[in-house]
Amino acid sequence: MQSQDLIVTSSPHIRDKSSVAEIMWSVVMALLPALLAATYIFGLRVLTVVGTSIATCLLTEYIFQRVRKKRVAVFDGSAVLTGLLLAMTLPPSIPHWVVVVGSIVAIGLGKQVFGGIGHNPFNPALVGRAFITSAYPVIMTTWTFDGVTQATPLNLMLMEGEATPYWELFIGNIPGSIGETSAFFLLIGAAYLIYKNYLNWRIPAGMISTVVVLSWVFGQDPIFHLFAGSLILGAFYMATDMVTSPITKAGRWIFGIGAGAIVIIIRIWGGYPEGVTYAILLMNMTVPLLNKYTRPRSLGEVK
Amino acid sequence: MGLLTFKQGVHPAYNKKKTRNKEIVDAERPEIIYIPLQQHIGAPLKPLVERGDQVDRGQKIADTDSFVAAPVHSSVSGVVKGIEKVNDSGGGRVEAIKIEVAEEDKNHFMEPLNAKPEDLDPGDIRERVREAGIAGMGGAMFPTHVKLAVPDGKKVEYIILNGAECEPYLTIDHRMMIEKGKEIVEGLKLLMRATGASKGLIGIEDNKPDAIRTLKSLVSEEPNIEVKETETKYPQGGEKMLIKALLNREVPVGGLPLDVGVVVNNTSTAAAVYEAVKLGKPLIDRPLTITGSGITKPMNIRARIGTPVSEIIDQAGGFNGEVGKVILGGPMMGKSQPSLNVHIVKGTSGVLVLQKHEVENFSPIPCINCARCVDVCPTNLVPTKIAKLAELEKLDRLEEMQVMNCIECGSCSYICPSRRPLVHNIRIGKAEVAARNKSE
Repeated sequence: MQSQDLIVTSSPHIRDKSSVAEIMWSVVMALLPALLAATYIFGLRVLTVVGTSIATCLLTEYIFQRVRKKRVAVFDGSAVLTGLLLAMTLPPSIPHWVVVVGSIVAIGLGKQVFGGIGHNPFNPALVGRAFITSAYPVIMTTWTFDGVTQATPLNLMLMEGEATPYWELFIGNIPGSIGETSAFFLLIGAAYLIYKNYLNWRIPAGMISTVVVLSWVFGQDPIFHLFAGSLILGAFYMATDMVTSPITKAGRWIFGIGAGAIVIIIRIWGGYPEGVTYAILLMNMTVPLLNKYTRPRSLGEVK
Repeated sequence: MGLLTFKQGVHPAYNKKKTRNKEIVDAERPEIIYIPLQQHIGAPLKPLVERGDQVDRGQKIADTDSFVAAPVHSSVSGVVKGIEKVNDSGGGRVEAIKIEVAEEDKNHFMEPLNAKPEDLDPGDIRERVREAGIAGMGGAMFPTHVKLAVPDGKKVEYIILNGAECEPYLTIDHRMMIEKGKEIVEGLKLLMRATGASKGLIGIEDNKPDAIRTLKSLVSEEPNIEVKETETKYPQGGEKMLIKALLNREVPVGGLPLDVGVVVNNTSTAAAVYEAVKLGKPLIDRPLTITGSGITKPMNIRARIGTPVSEIIDQAGGFNGEVGKVILGGPMMGKSQPSLNVHIVKGTSGVLVLQKHEVENFSPIPCINCARCVDVCPTNLVPTKIAKLAELEKLDRLEEMQVMNCIECGSCSYICPSRRPLVHNIRIGKAEVAARNKSE
């Protein structure tokens, strides 16, 4: 028998089929029900905002990868996901040029300056959102619903002490950011990701339960806090961003609980009606420390 | 639910269907064999024969005075043609005794020890195991008699036989349990006698129900032996995982199963112990699985130690399709070979041939901290971090992160969506830490 050209590598010689691209695209897929719901609720303009955001993210990613002479991998799903997530956090009536600015900041400052995928400390979509919230505060807090400018449920609560019916909150038939309003459709997507094992359930579990418990402790309506605002979107899709969340199980719990606590602090005592963006960005900073101090006990180790 | 197991681990495609129901057949006699002088972890051997000597099947042909070593025997009758350097399965070179095979075999075995296990002297059993050259047949090739020598102050409570066979593709332990169940149980009794262990356990994954049934019926009259069914999950057959699953005991970091009163042996090793004691037959052949998409007729086969791998492949109908990798052992921990000019040794549990499209090189991309490696590591390490520290040669940090507790099972690399060579880098880190600690 003659020897063929044999490949020699170290073990293991088989690999699980899932890839980074598959994980990223799955998250994109999981967000589609909520996006469709948003389009139904807010109108077709939603799609142009999302399209602008994704296109700008892809282009920014491409330019950075070309200039830095890196492998061009714009279709690994990560830039599309950043664009989609950013758009989900924006008001439906936002001017398109603001979306472009936010997307450039998200990919440029949020991701590529740190070295691209895997290296960024902060969730890129939230970096983009935080930037335009500071730069254009009025635009970012103008909510148009049924053709009229209205206050969001959190705003109504903060300013007028007025509650919105639970069912409207759950389904998302309320003023708010594109992707944050429909808890129901966001949860359908999250269930799919948890089933595929692409989502660290400990982070949303810690974050949401903390918000519920603390709002109850401080005499507020827990169910309102659960479904008003962007908690569901943030807890399941932003806080769980793999790159910027802890890798240990204990770390994920602490990360989620910490983010939940900051949300409540900002919502109840802060100047902003909503605190999910900053809660997650602040907890992103703690990830290296959390990873370091929550190393699991190895089998047979006496700690 | 409720099945015994360890925490975490992975579920690769098992791919055992092609060979699980095929009886073990004897390989044909090769014309030339090469018996490597190092088929164990430990001291090298010195040849006891020279060019031109006539040897018989079972005759000891190399040994040493060192305790941690297993002698080798001729697996055929024939004439010694010399001592040559050949490839070993680990990628290095090793001296081997070349023997031209004679027309007919004449057995040169040891005297059988016929008494019942309980009437045999434990020291005699250990001595026999050493003389028979038995080394762990699951792949590690650690000399078995060394495991059986219990140091003062230690006590062995349990002998665990590892019938998990968690490596995908391999079915040889499975077939051995069905075809040689009696020998395995008798071997277990001898191992218990040799160590003073009062209890024997056989751990088998639940994807081998026929093996579980066979062995359960064989031990139904044995009050001290129990067959335990475990979940099918890789690496269930790792010593530490099996002990955790069966006894809920944790081997201390840097320690041995002995530290928790356990000695673990492979089921095929137990059968070899039986043959050595009861038949006087040294370890001169071994059963193995030859399989994979790149093999025409996958089968279970009993090969003489020293048979060229190319001959075993021929007997399994040769290659099928465009071959990419030839692996000795299983796909998770086996070693891929640069050529077919390598030989069956005591630890060769399988020859796995995969087609090219299955093993195209994946190029790694940056880690995205998904923590899938952390979630599957059976010793609860943080593989991605350890692999990075290994690349940076941060030896102190590596030790702090318990790098030495890695069993190199490869679950982290298997699961990594960025296709990073995690276990590969960790292995290098381990070696560097070990080398530094040795030199200090």
